[in-house]
Amino acid sequence: MSRAAAVAARPAGGAGRRVIRAGDRMSLVVHRRGAIVVLALVVFTLALASVAITLGEYPVPVAQILDTFAGGGSDGVRRIVLEGRLPRIVLAVIAGAALALSGAVFQSMTRNPLGSPDIIGFNTGAYTGALVVVLLLGGNYVAQSVGALVGGLVAAVLVYLLAWTKGVQGFRLIVVGIAVGAILHSVNAWLIIRARLEEALAAATWGAGSFNEAGWEKVVPVGIAVLIVVPLLVLFARPLALLEMGDETAQSLGVRPELTRGVLLLAGVALVAAITAAAGPIAFVALAAPQLARRLARSPGVALLPSAAMGAALMLASDVVAQRLLAPTQLPVGIVTVCIGGLYLVGLLIAQTRRQG
Amino acid sequence: MSGDAGPIEGAGMTEGTSKRGAGEAGARLTGRGLRVGYHDRTILHELDIDIPDGSFTVIVGPNACGKSTLLRSLARLLPPSAGSVLLDGKAIASYSAKEVARVVGLLPQTSIAPDGITVVDLVSRGRFPHQKLLRQWSEVDEQAVTRAMAATGVDDLAARPVDELSGGQRQRVWVAMALAQQTPLLLLDEPTTFLDIAHQVELLDLFARLNRTAGRTLVAVLHDLNQASRYADNLIAMKDGRVVAEGRPVDVVTAELVEHVFGLRARIIEDPETGTPLVIPLAPVS
Repeated sequence: MSRAAAVAARPAGGAGRRVIRAGDRMSLVVHRRGAIVVLALVVFTLALASVAITLGEYPVPVAQILDTFAGGGSDGVRRIVLEGRLPRIVLAVIAGAALALSGAVFQSMTRNPLGSPDIIGFNTGAYTGALVVVLLLGGNYVAQSVGALVGGLVAAVLVYLLAWTKGVQGFRLIVVGIAVGAILHSVNAWLIIRARLEEALAAATWGAGSFNEAGWEKVVPVGIAVLIVVPLLVLFARPLALLEMGDETAQSLGVRPELTRGVLLLAGVALVAAITAAAGPIAFVALAAPQLARRLARSPGVALLPSAAMGAALMLASDVVAQRLLAPTQLPVGIVTVCIGGLYLVGLLIAQTRRQG
Repeated sequence: MSGDAGPIEGAGMTEGTSKRGAGEAGARLTGRGLRVGYHDRTILHELDIDIPDGSFTVIVGPNACGKSTLLRSLARLLPPSAGSVLLDGKAIASYSAKEVARVVGLLPQTSIAPDGITVVDLVSRGRFPHQKLLRQWSEVDEQAVTRAMAATGVDDLAARPVDELSGGQRQRVWVAMALAQQTPLLLLDEPTTFLDIAHQVELLDLFARLNRTAGRTLVAVLHDLNQASRYADNLIAMKDGRVVAEGRPVDVVTAELVEHVFGLRARIIEDPETGTPLVIPLAPVS
């Protein structure tokens, strides 16, 4: 009995957890270390954002920024800060968080840190869809977003069907995904080559992944997409975590595997598609952010909120580097994330082969 | 025979639980005319089964006779192509997944522990069917997890990562998770596989205790006939997707049955410790 009492005295719900209660009816379990990591990343991102907004070809001192936010300042400064830099920062933060969430969902579903949409061809597919709309059909931004969504879904369904043998096994899905991604890459290259030079250049710049064209007109649809998808993720986050224990175990706890996977597949692809339509296929944030967050938060499995915070911080930092590294030349942010993420991927592959070998 | 009905809400525990194996009275979980298969291969053929309330039912049979398939369909993991599984007289498919998970638990043959998860975290996951999005942890959850860990003796390991545990300890953690689910019915799919004999006995003793003192109805698939005879109060022998015999081990386990079901000639003696049947294998029937 004394043993049981000692356990009961521990923080409830598991090691390193706190239960927050609101009356008898409501209670939330909070992973303490995870909460600290999220808080630290949010503070870091806000600090970085407040520095980023002063940087650029035309430096604006902090005093003028504050003045601008208060409604003052010259028209020129107002345009630079409110129409140029602010939407770019907001888009980078949302895109980083959204891609990281998508990465976390697919890594959890495949039970493999390599199972992220940028590795298994989903964002290449979204880019293919958007390219088809822009280069072949000549659609507007909305059509382009729809094209990205359809392209991403087609890639996802294709990967699933090709990887299917009595259910989908994580590693097989990843290998098939890499192959499908490679095929789509060549389709994209062909689409760009056969386009007119001007269009091809624009498509190629966009294809590297960049926030250089960011404006509120891109932030708003992306924001709406994220607002629709995030509640689904909140609703299915726990079933997703339980699925990591295997379908049968999850089912015996009352989880519906097919429903959970179906909804989350759609949600994850929608996030990738929205970001791809707005800023191009930015690779490696989805791959790296969830795993970095997991290591920092020491959470069991992939945790969504720390991943999102990590993704936002990584993406904003990458974009600041992309803007300032060779200033006044503006690099596409995708090049920076590929460089950082490439190193991470090498490390990850070495670790994986060691574990399996 | 089980004493109390345990903490079961609205449990249909009736008086006739002593009439083991006879079915009818007091069986919350039943299967009627079950035909279950994968693709075009039929595994279970028009099978009828009753799980007597409060019993420790053990299912035995040769490999690929459909034991695990039967367990999965009883837990609603596999929908039958004909017939139906009934829970409290209603088709199990008519309940929501979480409703079923509050009454019927299943310990599958294999589960995967997420990287770095601690014992207490894993056991706490057993509470999922009792929780809601905005009500993630209650006093009841706390007590259920504490009790489950104490019953399986893993409370000292609470803060340890599951990956670091031995096979026997890990299996006890999974059992603890299933116990924390606090279902009146618990289905166990070969719970003792991969364990050494001491750990097997330890685990089976734990199940017997749960069955007797907490009044939980247990259904286990076991490979070892002698263990099945020793622990079961209701034994079901299966062959080729059909129930061949059912009843008390002392009535069911005969030389003829072992030869018929397993294709093995055997001598049956009385276990000097428990008086239950003990199978001495002679030679496979050629």
